[in-house]
Amino acid sequence: MTPPEVTRQGVANPRPGRQAPTGGRRGGAEAAMVPEATFDSYYGKPVINQPVWESPDIPGYFYFGGLAGASSVMAAAAEASRRPRLARASKLAAAGGLGLSLLGLIHDLGRPERFLNMLRVFKPTSPMSVGSWLLSIYGPLAVAAAGSEVTGWFPRAGTAAAFGAALVGPAVASYTGVLVADTAVPAWHEGHREMPYVFVSSAAVAAAGAGLLSAPVAENAPARRMAAIGVAGELAGSALMERRMGLVAEPYRRGKAGALVRAGQGLAVVGAAGAALAGRRSRLAAALSGLALMVGSACTKWGIFEAGLASARDPRYTVVPQRQRAGTVGEHRTGQPPPG
Amino acid sequence: MTLTELLRTAGGDPATNAGYRDHPPRMGFFTDTSVCIGCKACEVACKEWNHVPEDGLELTGMSYDNTQGLGADTWRHVAFIEQRKQLGSQEPGVFHDGRNGSTAGGSSQLRWLMASDVCKHCTEAACLDVCPTGSLFRTEFGTVVVQEDICNGCGYCIPACPYGVIDQRKGDGRAWKCTLCYDRLSVGMEPACAQACPTDSIQFGVLDELRQRAAARVGQLRDAGVADARLYGHDPDDGVGGDGAFFLLLDEPEVYGLPPDPVVTTRDLPAMWRHAAIAAASLAAGVAATFLGRRP
Repeated sequence: MTPPEVTRQGVANPRPGRQAPTGGRRGGAEAAMVPEATFDSYYGKPVINQPVWESPDIPGYFYFGGLAGASSVMAAAAEASRRPRLARASKLAAAGGLGLSLLGLIHDLGRPERFLNMLRVFKPTSPMSVGSWLLSIYGPLAVAAAGSEVTGWFPRAGTAAAFGAALVGPAVASYTGVLVADTAVPAWHEGHREMPYVFVSSAAVAAAGAGLLSAPVAENAPARRMAAIGVAGELAGSALMERRMGLVAEPYRRGKAGALVRAGQGLAVVGAAGAALAGRRSRLAAALSGLALMVGSACTKWGIFEAGLASARDPRYTVVPQRQRAGTVGEHRTGQPPPG
Repeated sequence: MTLTELLRTAGGDPATNAGYRDHPPRMGFFTDTSVCIGCKACEVACKEWNHVPEDGLELTGMSYDNTQGLGADTWRHVAFIEQRKQLGSQEPGVFHDGRNGSTAGGSSQLRWLMASDVCKHCTEAACLDVCPTGSLFRTEFGTVVVQEDICNGCGYCIPACPYGVIDQRKGDGRAWKCTLCYDRLSVGMEPACAQACPTDSIQFGVLDELRQRAAARVGQLRDAGVADARLYGHDPDDGVGGDGAFFLLLDEPEVYGLPPDPVVTTRDLPAMWRHAAIAAASLAAGVAATFLGRRP
């Protein structure tokens, strides 16, 4: 039987529908983004399984964990530098962030009632195990600091708890960057060098936003500076990460993930600029800037999450980088067996 | 023990590295896809023996493969690929010049590839490394098994697997995958899929012996003119330290839905923790720095 051909006169030897050749050798339904990178796949099906982590649980867990960890550092520094209103706001943000972060983590479990199995072993090879232990140390400290702040009970113990939380807080903000990168998801793993820096920068942006939102202008100068440093770190870290990723950076620029990443960066820049320009004079401007920073940080974490899902769905991002590593991309590798 | 030592088991026996003192030899599968006939007896036997629930009764329309891929409720998956490519054909009654197997130079315009996929039971298993509860563990046979009474359904193993094997069962919440029939191995039986396979495409045995057998088989096929025959997952120096379940393929791995050069994600974990520590210290220092300077 002669295979079908497209000629100037139209389709020659067309096949009836039920005889149509199955499983195109080119994977993916879209046109090639990078023309030279041809690749094979199994009927365009993904190589790796989709993460079952759900939105908003897991991106919320990342975002609120970052907000909490960075807020604890800010709370201790504010306490030490006698900025009581900023310290109070940061302690409350830390405790609230911790609670929402844990809620997201537990709610996402397939068996939430078995959450405590997380503390059954300690495994440094599992970022989630390390994170669970960090949270179980950090959580009581952050809650005690906020509780003492609100009730006025045990002020010295509360201060000690606030400083303890500030010691563990940075680790709480950064381990989630390792957690996402320690997977086979291309858009997460290929960013494993930069991801912790992007995560802590985004955490600093969120904590600065919370400080600006709830502290008076007389005390918000550190939050304004922190917003600027955090945004600069986030932009630089993301740019470096995407440049190193090559093809796998595509999901960070396309579709839902791309929109979230752009919104996150835009809001963070607007928030930091607003805080720097008007945050010292206008309480309203400071609050709005803080809100923009918090939403921007959340969008960044959501964007990273969605980019990972998108990269897991398309076999291109798994197959092509692995082929490039082996130096055989785009070659015609499946020749006829030699005669004889 | 450093993290790198915890993670690296390359070259060693995984059961020994997991702490078993006196253990049986490492067991595994050699799946020779050149003799797979796509009957799916392995899928059925696996489901029957392991009480794996139904995984969707749908017609994909893409090929005779309606199973589509490995998952929580699919522990063996027969891939089915139709290619417009000459495989060579047999000419009945014609003297074959002493060769066995297929002869090249026939006129077939089309070939079908069939391959029964399964959990690879990696030497360096990412799912096991990242499991926070210790639910996933290394057995004395060197295989990787989920303890369903421990798993809390955190789902971390699922994106960690470079092969897309393990998945979460809907309505159950826990992660499930091939156990290499741990219960049958414990009493000296072979796994259900291998026992059901009518062509011995799925061969079960001591991994070292299977590797020798596979090397002989790929040589035999190449001598017979099947230049595309190659082994996949047999090499202890590959990105996952070698697979406990490896394959003889007739095309590139990605054609079968397998990653061409998988690397266990935890190889980079020591570097990741270093970056996380520097990032955490930078955050603390950066925040502290914002409190320096004049008060207004």
